[in-house]
Amino acid sequence: MKEKAVVQGFANNLDWRNRKGVFWHVIFQASTIVGIITLITLIFNVIDSAFGYVAYEARVDPDTLTMNGIPLEEQSKEQLVELLQSTLSSGAYNKLNNEKSFEDRSREEVFQVIVERIIRPKVVRVWDLWPSLTQADEIRATVAQDFPKAELDFVSWLTRDFVTRPQTSEPLTAGVRTAILGSLWTIFFTILLAFPIGVGAAIYLEEYASDNWLNRVIQTNINNLAGVPSIVYGILGLAIFVRTLEPLTSGKLFGLVDLTTANGRTVLSAGLTLGLLVLPIIIINAQEAIRAVPRSLRNASYGVGATKWQTVWSHILPNAMPGILTGTILAISRAIGETAPLVVVGASTAISFDPSSPFSKFTTLPIQIYQWTARPQAEFQSLAAAAILVLLILLLSLNASAVLLRNRFSRRF
Amino acid sequence: MAELTEKKLSTMSLRRRPRWGETIIQGLLFFSGFFSIFITFGIVYELGKEALLFFQMPGVDLLSTITTTEWKPHVNKFGIWPLLTSTLLTSTIAMTIAIPLGMSVAIYLSEYASPRVRSTLKPILEVLAGIPTIVYGYFALTFMTPLLRQIFGSDVVQIYNTASAGLVMGILILPLITSMTEDSLSAVPRSLREAAYGMGATKLEVAVQIVVPAALSGIAAAIIVGISRAIGETMIVAVAAGAGPNFTLNPFIGAETITGHIVRISGGDLSYDSIDYNSIFALGLFLFLTTLVLNIISQAIVRRFREVYE
Amino acid sequence: MMTNNNSEPKYVIETQDLEIYYGDFKAVTNVNMKIEHNKITAIIGPSGCGKSTLLRAFNRMNELYAGTSIKGNVIFNGQDIYAKEVDPVEVRYRIGMVFQKPNPFPKSIYENIAWTARIHGYKGNMDELVESSLQQAALWDEVKDKLHQSGLSLSGGQQQRLCIARAISIKPEVILMDEPASALDPIATLKIEELMQELKKNYTITIVTHNMQQAARASDYTAMMMLSGEGERSGTVIEFDETKKIFTRPSDKRTEDYVTGRFG
Ligand SMILES: Nc1ncnc2c1ncn2[C@@H]1O[C@H](COP(=O)(O)OP(=O)(O)OP(=O)(O)O)[C@@H](O)[C@H]1O
Ligand SMILES: [Mg+2]
Repeated sequence: MKEKAVVQGFANNLDWRNRKGVFWHVIFQASTIVGIITLITLIFNVIDSAFGYVAYEARVDPDTLTMNGIPLEEQSKEQLVELLQSTLSSGAYNKLNNEKSFEDRSREEVFQVIVERIIRPKVVRVWDLWPSLTQADEIRATVAQDFPKAELDFVSWLTRDFVTRPQTSEPLTAGVRTAILGSLWTIFFTILLAFPIGVGAAIYLEEYASDNWLNRVIQTNINNLAGVPSIVYGILGLAIFVRTLEPLTSGKLFGLVDLTTANGRTVLSAGLTLGLLVLPIIIINAQEAIRAVPRSLRNASYGVGATKWQTVWSHILPNAMPGILTGTILAISRAIGETAPLVVVGASTAISFDPSSPFSKFTTLPIQIYQWTARPQAEFQSLAAAAILVLLILLLSLNASAVLLRNRFSRRF
Repeated sequence: MAELTEKKLSTMSLRRRPRWGETIIQGLLFFSGFFSIFITFGIVYELGKEALLFFQMPGVDLLSTITTTEWKPHVNKFGIWPLLTSTLLTSTIAMTIAIPLGMSVAIYLSEYASPRVRSTLKPILEVLAGIPTIVYGYFALTFMTPLLRQIFGSDVVQIYNTASAGLVMGILILPLITSMTEDSLSAVPRSLREAAYGMGATKLEVAVQIVVPAALSGIAAAIIVGISRAIGETMIVAVAAGAGPNFTLNPFIGAETITGHIVRISGGDLSYDSIDYNSIFALGLFLFLTTLVLNIISQAIVRRFREVYE
Repeated sequence: MMTNNNSEPKYVIETQDLEIYYGDFKAVTNVNMKIEHNKITAIIGPSGCGKSTLLRAFNRMNELYAGTSIKGNVIFNGQDIYAKEVDPVEVRYRIGMVFQKPNPFPKSIYENIAWTARIHGYKGNMDELVESSLQQAALWDEVKDKLHQSGLSLSGGQQQRLCIARAISIKPEVILMDEPASALDPIATLKIEELMQELKKNYTITIVTHNMQQAARASDYTAMMMLSGEGERSGTVIEFDETKKIFTRPSDKRTEDYVTGRFG
């Protein structure tokens, strides 16, 4: 740059100003990088716990199960079944047999049952992924010294089985099927409540409402509701759905009482509570989508003498629908990740049976994560980490579908 | 075409025909719109009712609630201060992180970053904003707390502490503050920036002395919404801040916030009309009113801001 | 201002002291005009003087904009269309509208017309109706092979004729056109003008235009609008007469200035 003559009374401080500019540029950029690093750390921290070495001891030494001199590993399927029959109570045996008869199970599967029900390995220590990768030898040495009877395995806590197994109190065999099904049931009722009412409200506010005080109150109220802490919705759900509407939400009214619950703390209550929670979000998103439909289309329709509903139904809704769905998916993702209101509504701490009706007790994926996180033992933290991965993958695919939808149908005008 | 030509008779009336379907649908839509009023009404009514019952319980009165410093339901002591201080503590720590970081990121995104950088960074922010809070809670407990204990010593920092919860809450609120701030920064008209550049201002001077002041009300609104969010945030504190009310300003020891308390109390099977049951409604009402006031202020600010530039 | 005094019921639309408001702002004031049956009436005037506003008042399209209200009357075939018991939907059914920017529905060409007919309960042969409407709009030959393509795939001029076809498919009595050719090239514009002459046999047409030649060429009557009064920002009709007269010996100086291009 050309040197500029110093005008009387002005300091030539451009150098200093530029240096200050660079300094702050670095600060701003660094803040952004800090944000990104945090996200990476957060995800790495989860992955770190979700994989790694596990040392476990058998509660029943497999050597004691040697039969006629044949070690357990080499026994035939029939021998294994026999072993089960003789060791388990007949009730437990029959239950297993009813789930899937032993004849239909492969030797592998039967062996697995023996591990789960008879040997019952107990976790004695877990390691995160990073130490497992970098200090494998030391870990092996530690285990050999401290837990001579323990076996050491590198495990992924997140497996197909983890997703399909029900919840149990045994970390090595616990799964999130119950929680996933609970989440799905819950979300179903959330959508059932919030989608029609949300879209209806958005249509009302955008297409029908005239500018009077009542409609302004409604609009302001919706904006305010979107900022109410989720836990307050939980308290509301507790008062309304669990307590006041108990005959309905527990199924008593329909004579469908689930004997194990019968107190309103059901999938239905949970879903409706989340429905109230996401309703304002769905309304606001849907309003935006409806507002994006060009005026010319409305003119075209009214201009040929269409009624309001004909215009809305045939032109505005079809054109706003991708936007409405995108907004709804985002709201639903929020509902899927919610924990606090469901704790208040009364999620169950330990259920191992899948929800089977609107009136079942419930747990959801985030609740399950919460409960595992709250346990002090490291193996439960690992389970929580694996469940978080499941939850994040679920949410990520939902969000991806929302983005796809948005791009696929982006404005036709 | 018969029907259509017949109506050509000029004498045909323009009179309103009853359109029942249309009327019914309009009624349903109005109901949907009005439904949200029921929700607010439900919140105010249910929370208010139970809160009143709470204050009618023997041994509970409003005055001692707001003047005493012990919250011990089992001995009928309901001084709100321990819950309040820890709520303030976590929120303050969170905002101390989120405001400077959030504003820096927003300024970077809106004033410095190239469109390409911006279009990759904004989705990252969205991802951060979309992560459920329980995951942040997990992060606080399994990452932030061990980190703090390593830095400050595990005899100083307890396993459950408000510092860890507050810091992670700051990260949680960061995307919210960033995106709201960024919105208001990019709403500042281009002409204003050009005017400043035209007088030989540097990028920093334009950003900090022209754009930020012009967007100040939007930024204020973002901060207020952030505070409201921090006060109502639950899972992080429930997981990481500790169980049990504790009247302290030491961020390294455990202390239960209002939200954390509600979650812990309602986690067990709560029996109706017990003092615990009623107390969570009183606390919930307090939360509702506090965040409502904050949100209303923030919206009022945003509305004023809009009028200036639109 | 009215020169035409044979007061037979040959007027389709008649306004009486019409004033139109956007909120508190009076956009149009004191309009008294009569629109004759099977004639083309043009509304001309400088930008912002309220032409579109007035036109939209003729079929109650104004109501779709927040905060609008009117004073005075708009009489359509002897009925006040703003009377309490009148249904605006009925009004728009009888008084169709074509807009400045072509706005076909984002549906197929066929469906643009079929939907319109269907909502008014048309039960006859739909294919026939679609064909005859498109034929009347002089579009049939160009689109008969692609009836099921999107209406948006047509050129601007074709889209506008589709909008006209859509409007006439339900046989309105009046067609209001707000600068229907302003977004089109000269050839497409000419097509629309020819079409108007054809449609005049069956319909009453009122058209807003900025194009003086178009008004002079195509219309029978012309209403000249202008912002009126000192400091007032309301538009009004300052002269309304046979087009020939407006363009040859206008009685108002402002009209003369405007039509000869000496305005402003
Ligand atoms: N929806 C509306 N809300 C408020 N004011 C409006 C609205 N539409 C038009 N106006 C105002 O009414 C006056 C007349 O507008 P109008 O569109 O009728 O003019 P016009 O003669 O059609 O102009 P042009 O030739 O540019 O189309 C203008 O001052 C305009 O700003
Ligand atoms: Mg106009």
